[in-house]
Amino acid sequence: MQEEDIYSELNSIRNLMERSAKFISLSGLSGILAGIYALVGAALGYYLVYGNSGGLDYRDYYVNDQAIIWQLFIVAIVVLALSLGTGIFLTVRKAKHKGEKVWNPSSRKLLVNMAIPLFTGGILVLIMLIRGYYGIIAPATLIFYGLALVAGSHYTFTDVKWLGIYEIVLGLFAACFPGFGIVFWTIGFGVLHIIYGSIMHYRYDR
Amino acid sequence: MKSALDNFDKAFENRIRLQIMSVLVANENYDFNSLKELLNATDGNLASHLKALEKEEYISVHKSFLGRKPNTTYAASDTGRKAFKMHLQALENLIKQQK
Repeated sequence: MQEEDIYSELNSIRNLMERSAKFISLSGLSGILAGIYALVGAALGYYLVYGNSGGLDYRDYYVNDQAIIWQLFIVAIVVLALSLGTGIFLTVRKAKHKGEKVWNPSSRKLLVNMAIPLFTGGILVLIMLIRGYYGIIAPATLIFYGLALVAGSHYTFTDVKWLGIYEIVLGLFAACFPGFGIVFWTIGFGVLHIIYGSIMHYRYDR
Repeated sequence: MKSALDNFDKAFENRIRLQIMSVLVANENYDFNSLKELLNATDGNLASHLKALEKEEYISVHKSFLGRKPNTTYAASDTGRKAFKMHLQALENLIKQQK
């Protein structure tokens, strides 16, 4: 056996082990776009709550108006749906481009592992919303999203784990500073996604 | 030179068998259809190589049903993992010797 043959053999083994165990068609671009949607959503939310009157200095303000809360809820759902839609679309496109199946054992494991913390968090937030604990939304969404990322990271790029850890830390900070929820939420879902998406895009997508 | 070749595993001489083993070592288990897609192999070809690995007791076979469809999953045995490691080591040694 020639040396190059062995190298290519070892390389193909490594590639196969990684490809079979990890889903690496996640699109970095979708992370950037999700971050942008979140920023727009947060700006819209800020406008809905504070109108043109408030500045960052006025923070004894809690939202209690039902109409505004439902509007915020709708904004959040639209941002979520757009992000998921873009993510799925771009990931499917990338997988096709690379000749990989989108629906394979690793993507299945990725989804199942992320779904457990994500649904737990989602249901908890809904329960708390119905009971009127609006303050928990920002920290809980950030923490459970972070946990979902950490759980899923075993089945995709390891970088996802770090994004998850940052989201969790941010969520814990958000819990310490009630009233600044939207600030942490904007950093976590907007800024972090854009930074992370850009890193992923430059590292893996090109 | 000879010592390196001693560790070469006859069972892994075939490329597909080595590929199957790499996938099974990296994963807890893997089902037949996913393996087929991943390796771009035909049913018959894949099945015969899986049989060969099974005969060596490098892999274990688990048959079940998903609804009405048969679903066969494969997992690497301890013997298989060890053999795979030895084979990779042998490849590495060969590179070292050639340097």
